[in-house]
Amino acid sequence: MTYLAKPKLHHPTLACNAIGFTRRDYEGKISTLCAGCGHDSISAAIIQACWELDIEPHRVAKLSGIGCSSKTPDYFLGQSHGFNTVHGRMPSVLTGANLANRDLIYLGVSGDGDSASIGIGQFVHAIRRGVNMAYIVENNGVYGLTKGQFSATADQGSVSKKGVANTDSPLDLVTMALQLGATYVGRGFSGDKKQLVPLIKGALSHRGAAFIDVISPCIAFNNHAGSTKSYDYVREHNDAVNFLDVMPQRSEIAVDYADGETLEIAQHDGSLLRLHKLDGAYDPRDRIAAMNLIQQRHARGEVVTGLLYVDPEAPDLHGHLGTVARPLNTLEAADLNPGAVALEKINAALR
Amino acid sequence: MTAGHAALQSINDFVVKFANVNGSGSASANELFAKSILRMGVPVSPRNIFPSNIQGLPTWYEVRVCEAGWLGRRGGVDLMVAMNPQTWDADLAEIEPGGYLVYDNSKPLPRSKFREDVQVIGIPLTEICNATYSDPRQRQLFKNIMYVGALSALLDIDPAEIERLIGEQYKGKEKLLKPNVEALHLGRDWALRHLACPLGLRVQRADKVGDRIFVEGNAAAALGCVYGGATVCAWYPITPSSSLAEAFQKYCQKYRIAEDGAKKYAILQAEDEIASIGMVVGAGWNGARAFTATSGPGVSLMNEFIGLAYFAEIPVTIIDVQRGGPSTGMPTRTQQSDLLAAAYASHGDTRHVLLLPEDPHECFAFAADALDLADRLQTPVFVMTDLDIGMNQRLCAPFAWDDSRVYDRGKVLSAEDLEAGKEFARYKDIDGDGIPYRTYPGTHPDKGAYFTRGTSRNPQAQYSERGPDYVYNMQRLLLKFDTARDLVPQPVFDRGDVPARHGALFFGSTSPAMAEAVDRLRGDGIAIDIVRVRAYPFPESVRAFIDAHETVFVVEQNRDGQLRLLLIDQFGIDPARLVAVLHYDGTPITARFIADAIAARLGRSGAQQDKVA
Repeated sequence: MTYLAKPKLHHPTLACNAIGFTRRDYEGKISTLCAGCGHDSISAAIIQACWELDIEPHRVAKLSGIGCSSKTPDYFLGQSHGFNTVHGRMPSVLTGANLANRDLIYLGVSGDGDSASIGIGQFVHAIRRGVNMAYIVENNGVYGLTKGQFSATADQGSVSKKGVANTDSPLDLVTMALQLGATYVGRGFSGDKKQLVPLIKGALSHRGAAFIDVISPCIAFNNHAGSTKSYDYVREHNDAVNFLDVMPQRSEIAVDYADGETLEIAQHDGSLLRLHKLDGAYDPRDRIAAMNLIQQRHARGEVVTGLLYVDPEAPDLHGHLGTVARPLNTLEAADLNPGAVALEKINAALR
Repeated sequence: MTAGHAALQSINDFVVKFANVNGSGSASANELFAKSILRMGVPVSPRNIFPSNIQGLPTWYEVRVCEAGWLGRRGGVDLMVAMNPQTWDADLAEIEPGGYLVYDNSKPLPRSKFREDVQVIGIPLTEICNATYSDPRQRQLFKNIMYVGALSALLDIDPAEIERLIGEQYKGKEKLLKPNVEALHLGRDWALRHLACPLGLRVQRADKVGDRIFVEGNAAAALGCVYGGATVCAWYPITPSSSLAEAFQKYCQKYRIAEDGAKKYAILQAEDEIASIGMVVGAGWNGARAFTATSGPGVSLMNEFIGLAYFAEIPVTIIDVQRGGPSTGMPTRTQQSDLLAAAYASHGDTRHVLLLPEDPHECFAFAADALDLADRLQTPVFVMTDLDIGMNQRLCAPFAWDDSRVYDRGKVLSAEDLEAGKEFARYKDIDGDGIPYRTYPGTHPDKGAYFTRGTSRNPQAQYSERGPDYVYNMQRLLLKFDTARDLVPQPVFDRGDVPARHGALFFGSTSPAMAEAVDRLRGDGIAIDIVRVRAYPFPESVRAFIDAHETVFVVEQNRDGQLRLLLIDQFGIDPARLVAVLHYDGTPITARFIADAIAARLGRSGAQQDKVA
């Protein structure tokens, strides 16, 4: 319903964040997705996370591929530049954009078709390179926009709305991200905003490749009995390993946690990730343990959610490349051009 | 020596070809040979003819020595240095009657392996090497320098020039310098003692090189990107373009390091060509100058993104070093066969700007120009070079740069512009040239943000499937393409002294062969005007040229006459008026080929008429 302009009126009592913005300032256009779509909950979580982090909306660049999930950047952060690229290729465009200006916050939004099928190669390599970004996959196991075909994350044996069983093994992007060297890896559920908002906040404050897989049931094509990505199925099989708070550097540290059940991790920007651990043995700084846990729970038919892995001091692509601190897109001829005298020397060496 | 034919005699005008085994270290010795002649003031044009292979397969290096300055491939070989037994028969067959064969006679060959009409010069290179060196690697490498030494005696090349070149090459590596000079003299002395030196083919000092430089097109284009202000390069290795990205890296390491050691550039070797162009699109969208270097198969893969950049109007620079197609085609041979693929890349109605450099000098200039044009036009701009220009050292005018030149970043609204209330509608034609205004991400807190997409939109960048919005946008893109005609490098005309009924049109690496062919045709009394197009879309002056001539030959290096098709399409010209002259066997086009084709078409009577025209 894009023809409906969203009213700009703000309720006078709406709360402002530290930089004077209300939640409404982080919204975008009215969603054109189906009513009740999990993706809209994720958009709401992104809005909430950015508002709570006091991010200036225009300092975010939001990029996506093609598909239902990739349409969502139009529905949040209306003052941010957005780029709806081509199917499965958001990671390369985001990488290039990040190279051009390291000072913006890069939010990549994709789906399971976009990232796990056509775009699996670009997903893999962007993660490998450690591009500084928050990469969110809105995972419903199905191609919604083309009406219900299986994607590569659909579980083997799950049944489509038409009654066809999927015989292919599923890809697990979380497991892959861990193996590929992502330095912040989490899984959330669109129906669990309490867990999801802090996960996104942590990803946005993380330096390096942050990846979140968000299980997001497709109410039109993948929310029936026999689906393993339906609301009911995920609620029944969800196994949260922790709940997360993200404390920006300037915030005072709250004290509403019980000793022995929390773990605090300081990120490079000074923000604190505070984990409320449900499973006392789980330490998200251990990549191998994370991979083991996912496999063990998967064998039991469970989906592990929460912050699975974080390396708080990870380097990013710019660190690997050794680029200047100034964004490359601000460099001028005086910075970039060796000049006519140097060229004459080059000429002389070529004679 | 045997002689069934009078030995060829020529000063400063002959072709030497080296037949080697890939990976045997011959390349640097052969280059030394070519450069030493240059240093004597005589123009040379060398060409690598190499296989898609790292070690073991045959490779050739053909050097045309030509005081008159023709730099195209001549065809035929006057002196063959046959160092590869695998290709012996074919190499021998290529020698002109009366030409010379230099070979390693350490092992005797039967008389049947030679030709009666060729002068045979045997040098026991392996024998001398084995007697002098014990290290197998040295035996191989110094064999190459030894034959250069022997050739210096046979062709009367000043050994001091070669020594100077070795000195420059091994500056700071004195340990390597001395044995190379010794090997040079070992070969030279043997030749002077045992052979009648010099041969009928000789190099004589001249002053025909001037201030020209000797450089590969790929290195030149890379340097053009440095001077043009490219900060992001994303690429995927593919012959014959890989050395371009590598040269960019090399130049950046020298000229783009900040005082604190940080890099004022980012180079990424992507996972494939799709990712390369995706990165370039992302960087261009975000306001950095970005480029990729590739070849035909890469352009095929990039098609979807090229369409996005065209439709979403994002500056992109693509340097296509063309090779033989289609498919994997002839990866190490030259062609001009990507013209149509580049001009119309991607589905739907698209047209792209192409720049067509003739040599390394223009590779440098056009690479820098392309970065300006891409920003000015907010669209993909291709620099269409080829293997012949890209991977061979070519004598050309020195690189030039005007320090007062500023980068043209095109129509970009700053925070101040937005604050001052300048209208921003991303896809609206404000100035009547079809080019809209854009903003970089992150510019202003509440003005200038927009959503970039590959779907249709209205002038305010909002998603729209309304017919009028779509048509407005497509017509504006067409107008923008028209605007490009006056901004791109303009054609170069060469009209003869007498009015001509016939004209010829060509581009790119055909240039040196064309210049020589026209000189020959005019010498034979055939009046002909020529024009070298340097960009697509074609300016109106190209149409005027075609209109002014009865017959126009379109000379190019592909099977289907792709330049000719672009001309017919843009100008709606009667196809019968454009005669295709096509060379596409993977070797660079020659003056002989062009002149013969045109003369044959015009016929003797035509030629006679033209004489008096």
